[in-house]
Amino acid sequence: MNEPGAGVVIVGGGHAGGSAAAFLRQDEYEGPITIIGEEPIAPYQRPPLSKAWLKGEADADSLALRPDSFYAEAHIALRLSTTAISIQRAARTVTLEGGETVAYDTLILATGARARTLDLPGADLEGVQVLRSAADAEVLKLALGPGKRLAVIGGGYIGLEAAASARALGAEAVVIEALPRILARSSCELLSDFFTDYHKARGVTFELGATIVGFAGERGHVTGVKLADGRVIACDDAVVGIGIIPNDELARDAGLECSNGVVVDLEARSADPAIFAIGDVTQRPLPLYARSHRLESVANALEQARQAAAAIAGRPAPPHEVTWNWSDQYDIKLQLAGLAVDTDDILVRGDPATAKFAVFHLKGSVIRAVEAINAPAEFMAGRQLIGSQKPIDRAKLADRAVSMKEVAVR
Amino acid sequence: MAKITYVEFNGKEHVVDVKTGLSVMEGAVKNNIPGIDADCGGACACATCHVYVDQAWVDKTGSQSAMEESMLDFAENVEPNSRLSCQIKVTDELEGLVVRMPQSQH
Repeated sequence: MNEPGAGVVIVGGGHAGGSAAAFLRQDEYEGPITIIGEEPIAPYQRPPLSKAWLKGEADADSLALRPDSFYAEAHIALRLSTTAISIQRAARTVTLEGGETVAYDTLILATGARARTLDLPGADLEGVQVLRSAADAEVLKLALGPGKRLAVIGGGYIGLEAAASARALGAEAVVIEALPRILARSSCELLSDFFTDYHKARGVTFELGATIVGFAGERGHVTGVKLADGRVIACDDAVVGIGIIPNDELARDAGLECSNGVVVDLEARSADPAIFAIGDVTQRPLPLYARSHRLESVANALEQARQAAAAIAGRPAPPHEVTWNWSDQYDIKLQLAGLAVDTDDILVRGDPATAKFAVFHLKGSVIRAVEAINAPAEFMAGRQLIGSQKPIDRAKLADRAVSMKEVAVR
Repeated sequence: MAKITYVEFNGKEHVVDVKTGLSVMEGAVKNNIPGIDADCGGACACATCHVYVDQAWVDKTGSQSAMEESMLDFAENVEPNSRLSCQIKVTDELEGLVVRMPQSQH
């Protein structure tokens, strides 16, 4: 074991890793902090890559989590374009590509996740891409504009946001989804229908229940998506948004328990007390839902970054949060809270035709999850009620004339 | 550029220069000032950048949008001078602005 004083080493320079370093300093942790990041740029926010940034409404400075000068000022060693290849738990060291070892007292794994890709003929053509990093987004942005046609493979949030941004930039967009409806993995049918109609009204076309068998190309560049029924959907660029895979190999190779992500407790600590894991790469407990889950959200990354920082700095544990997320598409702000598991009913408040409504997922008269479309009060009150597990009056909740304040106090 | 004073709940003051065009929230985050979490990065989606605007500055910082008002309605310890700092754009007129932070954003 190395001498104490090696400090905190954070593997992963994304939203979670960068935030953990910043929170450690906010918590007045005074030891050395090193961030080891594979990407060539300092930690940045990913959500705008499919939203405001892609549409040209945000610049690189606004993507950055902290200004570049922050890391030197806060005495955080930022090692970019650097890959960690193994962890030696007994020696408390991390080995980097090239052979160098870095010592730690405490290790934070913030290795995130990578975009799932399609292993199909033509998937290596230029113009077939994923959307995960700033570099991916740069390539996609250049491919969008009037006269261009984007094929979005996968009708999840990332794909729908890319489609909406493509339309905003004057490009055409077609969404190709294997299941009979979009958002099938994450949302109820009513929301799928609402978003399908909303996108259609703004010029997006859909191929639902479509099986992709490969990509057509000319001179090395994609020209279309080949479907099992023989049709070829023409496109100038294809963005594949079919989910992410946790980068938990480092942890697994080091003998840490992994199950679709690194298994951690409510302090974000793994089975090894010297190793924490935070963000998309973790399988974490969700006490409200009596289960563990791998969450894919900034809110989760930040909550766990706060947990780890507080534990390392010897601060009181931060309060538990109700998991939440958001999506921006056109003039729609979708806000989600909770998990729609172990529910027995769905209650809709407001009229989807007005594009201002909320879907509540209930277990008896307790709210377990809410999906709020342009309905911030429903989201905020819903998130609080999910956390408190306080039963609500269903008739009042269904009645838009009764304010959410009144629903919340009952 | 405007000089802005951020006051933590415990009274600790941070005086920083914030570039015109940024939001008051971004001014805090870029300087790693604790107490403004801004989990959503300024999308007005989370209400974790709640501040109290010093009374002398309430008029100059403008009024709440409908979205902001609805979000703040359910935040903790809301006062008439509460704002989401991601929704206040920094202008030269805000030179000297003072904002205070609530006990918690969560």
